[in-house]
Amino acid sequence: MCSVQKLTSTSPQSEAIVVYTGWERHALVGSDVRLSCSFFSWRWTSEDVTFSWSYRPDGAKDSISIFHYTGGAPYVDNKGPFRDRLEFVGNPPRRDGSILIRNLDFSDNGTFTCDAKNPPDIVGRPSSVRLLVFEKIPIQAGVITGAIIGVVLGLLILVVAIYYLMRFLVARRVFDLSVSKHGKKGKGKEAQQRQASVLVDPAKQKAAASEKKKQESRREKK
Amino acid sequence: MLVVLVGIVILHLTEIIILIISTSVNAWRMAGARSYDLWYDCQTINGGYNCLGAHDADWLQAVQALMVLATLFCMLSFIFFLCQLFTLAKGGRFLFTAVFQVLSSLFVMSGAIIYTVMSPDEHNAEHSYGYAFVLAWLAFPLTLISGFIYIILRKKE
Repeated sequence: MCSVQKLTSTSPQSEAIVVYTGWERHALVGSDVRLSCSFFSWRWTSEDVTFSWSYRPDGAKDSISIFHYTGGAPYVDNKGPFRDRLEFVGNPPRRDGSILIRNLDFSDNGTFTCDAKNPPDIVGRPSSVRLLVFEKIPIQAGVITGAIIGVVLGLLILVVAIYYLMRFLVARRVFDLSVSKHGKKGKGKEAQQRQASVLVDPAKQKAAASEKKKQESRREKK
Repeated sequence: MLVVLVGIVILHLTEIIILIISTSVNAWRMAGARSYDLWYDCQTINGGYNCLGAHDADWLQAVQALMVLATLFCMLSFIFFLCQLFTLAKGGRFLFTAVFQVLSSLFVMSGAIIYTVMSPDEHNAEHSYGYAFVLAWLAFPLTLISGFIYIILRKKE
């Protein structure tokens, strides 16, 4: 009978370090972007906490290390693709290992991986954030479509609402009667005609007031 | 009168069907085995489809919106036509129906024009306009004519 021992049984899951970065960052060419990295650990933040950032360009297989913080001092890229553009803006005692990249270019598209270690809590997975550099911020598919449809339908509803409001106001002004809740008491033929048309015509009405009056005069001829 | 009525109803239903097909089928342009616009960019490879979302340019989204609105307004005008058929007084005109139908034809015209003008010129020999594009251009005069018919039409009995 064999017993299988899990390799991870000695260090329970709750003691692993968890690294957080964003999922994706969008930025414009020439602008600066701040890539944030933080971690969760059950232990106090030690003095030997380390942060490492590495960069893998889109389409490449290998990643290059661009930042390392250890022994209380940050070491930025001084030879690689980000030399003179990289700055450390984090606060390691507060578990923040963020970096700032200036003056972005299209060649900076890629995946940035942050690996944080909080000795003795060193077992954990690094986390990656993708950087997308655009010439101008693109409009998402469907935003304009939805906006146009929404505006037109909104205008339609607005016109209908205004139309009914006008009819209601005209009815109240012309006949200063004690209008009951149902508004069915009218004095004079005009009132009956107007109210009949309100009751009879169930369809939504969207037309100029003149067209409506033409229709009412035709109904009177009936 | 009945003949005219049946004819108009058939024409309107045909227009609705044409608009629905033109809006929803993804065949405004074809290039060999690849059909694209209005919504997807699909290629038939070895019997299977391989699709991407359509190029999300501003003008394409405007065309999508206008086609959807045209279809919607055409359907609404048909509903109003049926309503007005039963509620209109003798001698009355189907003005609301006409207004919605004319608006629908204007939307389809705008959509087709924007698509025609803005779609990038392809000098590839295989490129051609698909049948959905043709249907959209066909829908415009049909809806306009039926809109005018509704303006002139009077209810007789």
